[in-house]
Amino acid sequence: MQTNRLNQGGFIDRHKTLRFTFNGQSYFGYQGDTLASALVANDIKIVGRSFKYHRPRGIIGSGAEEPNAIFQIGSGATTEAGMRATQIELYDGLVAKSEKGWPSLSFDIAIINDWFSKLFGAGFYYKTFMYPAKFWKIYEYFLRRMAGLGRAPKQPDPDHYSHQNIHCDILIVGAGPAGLIAGVSAGKSGAKVIIADDQAMFGGSLLASKEIIGGQSSEEWIASQVEILKTLPNVTCLPRSTVFGYYDYNFLTINERCTNHLSEFTAGKIRQKLWRVRAKRVVLAQGAFERPLVFPNNDRPGIMLASAVSNYIHRYGVIPGKNAVLFTNNDSAYQAAIDIKTAGAQSVLIVDSRSEQPSDMVDAAKKCGVELQFDAVIRNVIGNKSIKAVQISAYDASDNTCKDKAEKRDCDLLIYSGGWSPAVHLHSQSGGKNKWDNERHCFVPGKPSQASSSIGSCNGTWILEDCLKEGITCAQEMVTNLGFKAVDMKLPSSKKTKINPMMPLWQVIAKDSSENLPKQFVDYQNDTTVSDIYLAVREGYTGIEHVKRYTALGFGTDQGKLGNINGMAILGQALKKPIEQIGTTTFRPAYTPVTFGVVAGEDIDEMFEPTRKTAIHDFHADRKAPFEIVGQWLRPWYFPEDNEDMLSAVSRECIAARSSLGIMDASTLGKIDVCGKDAVSFLEKIYTHDVAKMAIGQCAYGIMLGEDGMIKDDGVMARLGENHFYLTTTTGGAANVMSWLEQWLQTEWPHLDVYMTSLTDHLSTIALVGPNSRRVLQTLVNTDLSAEFFPFMRTCKSEIAGIAIDLYRVSFSGELAFEVNVNSNFALHLWNLLMKAGKDFGITPYGTETMHVLRAEKGFIIVGQDTDGSVNPLDAGLGWLISKEKDFLGKRSLERADSLRKDRKQLVGLLSVDNKSVIPEGAQLIEKKATSGPTPMYGHVSSSYYSPILGHPIALALVQSGRNRYGEKLLAVSSDAKAIEVSITKPIFYDLKGEQQRVE
Amino acid sequence: MLLIKCPWCGERDETEFSYGGEAAIKRPLKPKDLNDKDWADYLFMRKNTRGLFLEQWNHSVGCRQWFLVERNTVTYEIISTKRMNSDALNSEDSQ
Repeated sequence: MQTNRLNQGGFIDRHKTLRFTFNGQSYFGYQGDTLASALVANDIKIVGRSFKYHRPRGIIGSGAEEPNAIFQIGSGATTEAGMRATQIELYDGLVAKSEKGWPSLSFDIAIINDWFSKLFGAGFYYKTFMYPAKFWKIYEYFLRRMAGLGRAPKQPDPDHYSHQNIHCDILIVGAGPAGLIAGVSAGKSGAKVIIADDQAMFGGSLLASKEIIGGQSSEEWIASQVEILKTLPNVTCLPRSTVFGYYDYNFLTINERCTNHLSEFTAGKIRQKLWRVRAKRVVLAQGAFERPLVFPNNDRPGIMLASAVSNYIHRYGVIPGKNAVLFTNNDSAYQAAIDIKTAGAQSVLIVDSRSEQPSDMVDAAKKCGVELQFDAVIRNVIGNKSIKAVQISAYDASDNTCKDKAEKRDCDLLIYSGGWSPAVHLHSQSGGKNKWDNERHCFVPGKPSQASSSIGSCNGTWILEDCLKEGITCAQEMVTNLGFKAVDMKLPSSKKTKINPMMPLWQVIAKDSSENLPKQFVDYQNDTTVSDIYLAVREGYTGIEHVKRYTALGFGTDQGKLGNINGMAILGQALKKPIEQIGTTTFRPAYTPVTFGVVAGEDIDEMFEPTRKTAIHDFHADRKAPFEIVGQWLRPWYFPEDNEDMLSAVSRECIAARSSLGIMDASTLGKIDVCGKDAVSFLEKIYTHDVAKMAIGQCAYGIMLGEDGMIKDDGVMARLGENHFYLTTTTGGAANVMSWLEQWLQTEWPHLDVYMTSLTDHLSTIALVGPNSRRVLQTLVNTDLSAEFFPFMRTCKSEIAGIAIDLYRVSFSGELAFEVNVNSNFALHLWNLLMKAGKDFGITPYGTETMHVLRAEKGFIIVGQDTDGSVNPLDAGLGWLISKEKDFLGKRSLERADSLRKDRKQLVGLLSVDNKSVIPEGAQLIEKKATSGPTPMYGHVSSSYYSPILGHPIALALVQSGRNRYGEKLLAVSSDAKAIEVSITKPIFYDLKGEQQRVE
Repeated sequence: MLLIKCPWCGERDETEFSYGGEAAIKRPLKPKDLNDKDWADYLFMRKNTRGLFLEQWNHSVGCRQWFLVERNTVTYEIISTKRMNSDALNSEDSQ
């Protein structure tokens, strides 16, 4: 039974009944309702419990400002937390739960917080839960449960979200009267216009009023304007779309809720869309928020903003109470009294803190039977779970206090209005300042800092006619400015109401101190009270940003839309400073909360990051090799045969490469072709070794340093011609190295004639590794591969079965090895030819793990694993690569005092003393004996493997003064293994003389 | 999000660019002649200007050219952009 539903009126369809549940109870509403209007229609008073004191709370507002009716919607994977009931359109089957209240809304055990609230003042978390420190985890569990924030779903989100980039001439935020007429005016001129509004229907405040505009009812006028907008092809209308961020250069983000109003889940449809707009001009017409008044117990269920009351009556055909008292300091709220009386309320009393003055609103109120009491305030509210009565006292404006004598008035609804605050959020986000207006008693937008204009009530303009005028003028100026011809627009006539000025009334102060009064709430979402603000001031907080953080004022998901201005004014009173000296806190995106889903858009799962596959990928996949992701590349990790585990597969692969023949896909290496007549002098500056001395056809292992002297990247490079080089980089560093080389070339040495081309994807690289590699390769090429003609560290061109290849006799395993570069289109074919040719020698494909073991046995470093940006070539034992003669990037840094320190960490080898334990990578190396005080940490393990050829574990590590400590024993400790005793050795374990790779 | 005018391609979103820090830090011609302090100045010390600042940007997912941007670090306003080899501050053929 919708007890509060009116028989007529509102933009709802009484023939379409919708069923929904709230905290497990079933209710009915109509098509066109919001969840909030349906709850009010069903006379649901308590919708939540407050954050700290767990006091019962009811619906206060009807839009984005609502602080109390915040629900968990739906269940399972599609549940959403923190949803404002005032902005949820009702659909059949909607399931809503309040987020706070345990065990139930009606009886919340934590209400004891309210009784003992003296213990829970501002900053109580910091003061109370500090000791003992280790108890924090226990405190946190209970605090979170008590705070009752929403719950995120545990399953992945099945919804689809989308992003769209768009450019426009004018973006209009808000389709109330000012925004609508600006849209029509700009649209008719031919400018490309987007008009967005967070509600399902355009019209803004007009939807909650019965104005006559240009001879039409407000309803008809809205419809006619929307009709014009829809016929203009250059205008995009976006209802249900919140402009939530205003960034640099008129870049704004809009969250469009496409199907949220239909059901909890709509398969195959886009749930929400993120519009990324770059606008030439922006019109800000978001309207204003009505302010609550601050008085004792001003949070009881059954207290509602005046504008919300009008909204529920006119828009949803719902009357929130039968016997109403309206407490106001301004004329605009009178409309709500008139509306509710006209809608059928039995009694309505206006309590106005001002003295009586003739005004149109006073006359209108009297005419429809509303009682009036002037020079009076509400000094207390009676009733806990719903309002029963109010206490009214005379008010003395001269000393800003109310008299002790109070008179009781029964009511079931208290309507209040403390005036209006323009929604300056987007203006502030754009970088604009706000200024306090002493006549209108609100912050209004100051000079825009970007190409934007604020119009209508978000500019502090309250009269409808003025709003319409601003809309037309603003649009005409903007389109003219953008080179369009402005269209003449007639200002539609509207009622001229004489309005008396409002009285600033920030807090009802009784003669007795505010300390002993019931709580007077400033921020409902965070339970910030007047006494919290005074406490903050007493404890030395004077800046608004500090008071905000100490009291949590404005910290909720509503970002203080209701409470902030009152809070600032009360802080001003406490500090005895005018509000303009208090200032505002910073407004940041998002204006209202935005789902992670819409921010992520399509960039999830396989679309999150590109996947790169080598040309030989299909072979690896066929062999069921597990893949490892290295710099976006999928690299085969190892190639299991039958039911082999990783260790057996890697052991088999390692032994094959060391004893006969292995083959590896090394295509992911970064490859850069460098040519130009200054190629040599350029590379001389980049590499540490003497590039100019390299013969044509010669290869060299080269390292690049940052200017800080630390190893940046490494790889084999080859001189292909007089002015032609081929460089390889690490897989992960390929793009960075290319960018870094380009930066030096373009910014420091633009005079050099050098051209660079990335060949990483164009060429594939196949490594043929092992004592039988030459024998097998020789069966396929005509080139003489004997050491005499093709020794270690040489390159030449050749061909296999008519396919052009580049051959490199280089080795990352310490074995006789060849790398074959081939156009990627032929790579898989060539791989298969090599597999076939090597069959008799047991050719064994191996992956990254075997590659790592083989190189670690030889002590070859991996940049980024055995180095970390603090390792220079001397630390890594690569001093032999450093040219004494020339300058190169980073060379000077090797002479810095820090680089010459004797106790730098140096690359060493480690052996487990028990000859069995594989030391965890990342383990810290410490003294064996216990020491007093903090344990000195000498270094850490960077690479660690079991070596199949040696039959014991090996590791590489960076250790302080490591090269002077060969033979010393240390402990390797890590969180996930027992301490392992290790001894320090040279960082090479196999073929100490390096004979195998140079074999004749 | 900034709107940056690449001197080669025109106006593009900030996401197409990467930032290269303070511009016009000249690499010493003879590093070995510098003492540790002067070398460290070149290596580590940056102006961190509040206000007008000349910086390098790279059109990294576009034409890959480095160029100069004069930007206000307080308001994020971009005053001008110039090709790398033009005289950074005094050139008339801005953009």
